[in-house]
Amino acid sequence: MKVKMKIAAIAAVAACSMAAGTAQAGKTFDSVKSKGFVQCGVSTGLPGFSVADDKGQWKGIDVDVCRAVAAAMFGDASKVKFSPLNAKERFTALQSGEIDVLSRNTTWTYSRDTSLGLNFAGVTYYDGQGFMVSKKLKINTAKKLSGAAICIQAGTTTELNVADYFRSNKMTYKAITYDTSDETVKAFEAGRCDVLTSDASQLYALRIKLSAPDNAIVLPEIISKEPLGPVVRQGDDEWFNVVRWALFAQINAEEAGLTSGNVDGMKTNKDPNIRRILGLEGVKGEMIGLKDDWAYQIIKQVGNYGEMFDRNVGKGSALGIARGQNALWSAGGLQYAPPIR
Amino acid sequence: MADFTPSPDLAPPSLTVGPLGWVRTNLFPDPFNSVLTLIALYLVYLTLPPAIDWALLKADWSGTSREACVSGGACWVFVHARMNTFLYGFFPESGYWRVNLLYFVTIALLIPLFVKQFKYKVILAAINLVAFPLLVWILMSGGVFGLSHVETSNWGGLSLTLILAAIGCVAALPFGVLLALGRQATNMPAVKTMCVVFIEFWRGVPLITVLFMSSVMLPLFLPEGTSFDKLLRAMIGITLFQSAYMAEVIRGGLQAIPKGQYEAADAMGLTYWKKTGLVILPQALKIVIPGIVNTFIALFKDTTLVIIIGLLEVLGMVQTALNDPNWLGYSTEGYVFTAAVFWVFCFSMSRFSQRLEARLHTGHKR
Repeated sequence: MKVKMKIAAIAAVAACSMAAGTAQAGKTFDSVKSKGFVQCGVSTGLPGFSVADDKGQWKGIDVDVCRAVAAAMFGDASKVKFSPLNAKERFTALQSGEIDVLSRNTTWTYSRDTSLGLNFAGVTYYDGQGFMVSKKLKINTAKKLSGAAICIQAGTTTELNVADYFRSNKMTYKAITYDTSDETVKAFEAGRCDVLTSDASQLYALRIKLSAPDNAIVLPEIISKEPLGPVVRQGDDEWFNVVRWALFAQINAEEAGLTSGNVDGMKTNKDPNIRRILGLEGVKGEMIGLKDDWAYQIIKQVGNYGEMFDRNVGKGSALGIARGQNALWSAGGLQYAPPIR
Repeated sequence: MADFTPSPDLAPPSLTVGPLGWVRTNLFPDPFNSVLTLIALYLVYLTLPPAIDWALLKADWSGTSREACVSGGACWVFVHARMNTFLYGFFPESGYWRVNLLYFVTIALLIPLFVKQFKYKVILAAINLVAFPLLVWILMSGGVFGLSHVETSNWGGLSLTLILAAIGCVAALPFGVLLALGRQATNMPAVKTMCVVFIEFWRGVPLITVLFMSSVMLPLFLPEGTSFDKLLRAMIGITLFQSAYMAEVIRGGLQAIPKGQYEAADAMGLTYWKKTGLVILPQALKIVIPGIVNTFIALFKDTTLVIIIGLLEVLGMVQTALNDPNWLGYSTEGYVFTAAVFWVFCFSMSRFSQRLEARLHTGHKR
């Protein structure tokens, strides 16, 4: 473990010093255009975000973000190749040009945005760290967790957030760390800890892993901000725009009521906002360097933001996570996109 | 005079022969061992029936989704449904035959080496050494002979495990021999120093560090735009690492050869390479077969470490499958399956090495 951390530190230092050098050269937009596909870095396996299905096809919300970019670029959502990446190598893969876009449940933070030579293109999922407890404890708020034994999946921010939260609330706790989510769940199930903590999006997946999911509840408190989104290299604003607006187009589409099912019929709709999104009037595709129907292709092939959410993590999936903060701003959530005009 | 007819032998006491006798001499020879046997039997009774119950009797075998798993035992449906990804990784379905053909040809090329009557073993082994990596490249990567190109990032599952292990073994053996000979070469100080430094460096760092360096650090030092295949980087790393270990194993064999053998070969006027190739190495390699196979088995299991650089070999594919929202909660089945796969391969290697030792046995064993 110590060795690993040391290497990670060296790698980070080297990454920082190299970043300036690698960022300027090369036009990602042109190179993606000429090679004909998007190389997308995803996680090696995270429920609902990126996971290979029975046929070996990548599925998940992070995967769909890349498919949307491919749909905008080439009018074909299948023109994307996936590189499964480990958490430690993900930024290097992007900095070195091995991938064009990193969509791997990566939290947008100040230090990552400023010091790694990278840009976050938007927020695909507003996540935050939460707690899961056994129903037997009859606890319904995290404020009563003082003295609890907490199972934590080893990962620096998760541990630090718990430490911060308990210290600021003047509570004590005993941390029990594990390396993988399976171990964490088994420990929780065996009663080695009272509480299990992880990002809220993952708590629902961990809950399904329990042999009796109904015996555990997720507490309402969210103790950290984890905005997750796609990342690109600094220095190619054209490419940055494509990735950013691919996501904005999906959010705008949901707001306008455009879905993959009705988008063809909507072409005859008179609503000027819908006509602008579909590239039928007003704005031109060349402003972003794409064909006029770039947003139409995203909606048709990948769907709007709501469809993407429901299919992968929401009601339409095994995870069944509620929209919560990820609802549209008009429905009380945080998802808000500038208008397409 | 009546002939003396000996009366027929009495049957041995029934408690000393047959199954009963075996039980008595082996399991209950004295009170202490009897107690140990009873304790062991009790432990088996505690663990085995539930395990069999879970794995076989109460298990679900057929179906396509988790709805088929209702009986409360093992859900082998999960393993069955994901079997293609475990075996072939992300290889396109239309190309599965290429992977199968690779397995088949590899076995076909290896079998003659173990047939006693086959005379051209050395030639075939040399051909295999070159042909095998080439074959892997043609069949897996494609792009020639009308085969569609499959990128290495799509390789995965058991086929990737086997390729990594096989390439590691095939490449490490010759390098290891050269390094071991170099380290023994006292009359060539420069060569000797280089070999010692190489061996001690690669043996001194953990494989995980080597893989991490090859994946994370190397790309930063290369000029942008030069992409150097990640799998190839990992393979080179594994080979360098493995040859250092192999060199030390083989050096053990070289040291076990009596000095008289070296002197006798010198006395016959053999050149260095003839002496080494005809007298020393055949004996040395034979002695260290257990050590070499030991290293191979260790390498086979070490291939799972490539998950740290995002290459998904069989364990990696299983772990990915465990995160599929449709199959959450079947980690035990996944890991049992992986363990079984590894056990089968490692045990076969071990049995093979024992056969090889017996075959090459020429009275040198003590």
